Amino acid sequence: MEEVKEQAISLPRLGQAAPPFEAVTTQGPLKLEDYKGSWLILFSHPADFTPVCTTEFIAFAEIFPELQKRGVELLGLSVDSVSSHIAWARNVEEKTKVKIPFPIIADLNKEVSTAYGMIHPSQSKTETVRCVFIIDDKQVIRTILYYPLTTGRNMDEILRIIDALQTTDANGVATPANWRPGDKVVIPPPNTQEMAEERLKEGYECVDWYLCQKKL
Amino acid sequence: MACISPDGKPTVSGARMLRALKAKAGSAEEVSQQAGLPLFRVRSGLRELAQAGLVSQKGEKYQLSAKGGELADSLPA
Repeated sequence: MEEVKEQAISLPRLGQAAPPFEAVTTQGPLKLEDYKGSWLILFSHPADFTPVCTTEFIAFAEIFPELQKRGVELLGLSVDSVSSHIAWARNVEEKTKVKIPFPIIADLNKEVSTAYGMIHPSQSKTETVRCVFIIDDKQVIRTILYYPLTTGRNMDEILRIIDALQTTDANGVATPANWRPGDKVVIPPPNTQEMAEERLKEGYECVDWYLCQKKL
Repeated sequence: MACISPDGKPTVSGARMLRALKAKAGSAEEVSQQAGLPLFRVRSGLRELAQAGLVSQKGEKYQLSAKGGELADSLPA
């Protein structure tokens, strides 16, 4: 019971500094701090040479150029060895002609996966579930997604979240349900009655004082 | 290691960093631009090159050591 409590407390939370790490990867030893100034998607997969993970890696490789345009790096992770990662990436390239352009952490001692709460024992005691941590250029955790072992991730949603977060940061706005770049954004709700009254005079498209939108 | 092979020879990315530093000492960001490598790889690579005694760091600037300079001179253009 105590062990479960300790694990729950150590899970990272949105808005917190991402847990630092130093890890062996397919592109050499890397530290979290090496990514300072860039956005980072740190994602885990259950195991190399497995079907859903292979489709995901191909999909991550396919959105890699779009991520690069947005200043985002990708970093994979599983508890497999570097040799296994290399063999798998080579096999994927040989069979599908898709080159894996990003590093993959070989987290054999589970240090990184434990720090990020990537192992969910009721799903698997030995494999990481499908986690996505979006870490901003200041190394703050901005989004956490968990998918079960049986469900592959949606790359459109990951790109959409990046676009939404970067739009929020650049413009001090929020984004509504199903928002896509180019859609109207939401003005943050007013904090005082005076602001609420002024809000209605500012020319925004308002349903009421608490729900105002504008085009960027 | 990502920059130096077990036989002591620089890897492709290691050679690109050494060439960049041979052309001009600079920050990790400048080496990244000059070498055409992602910044995270350059930061990691410079750490490795420094541990191997090929690069020294002064503030944010990196430069080749005497040993690093010899290695950079031996690289094919």
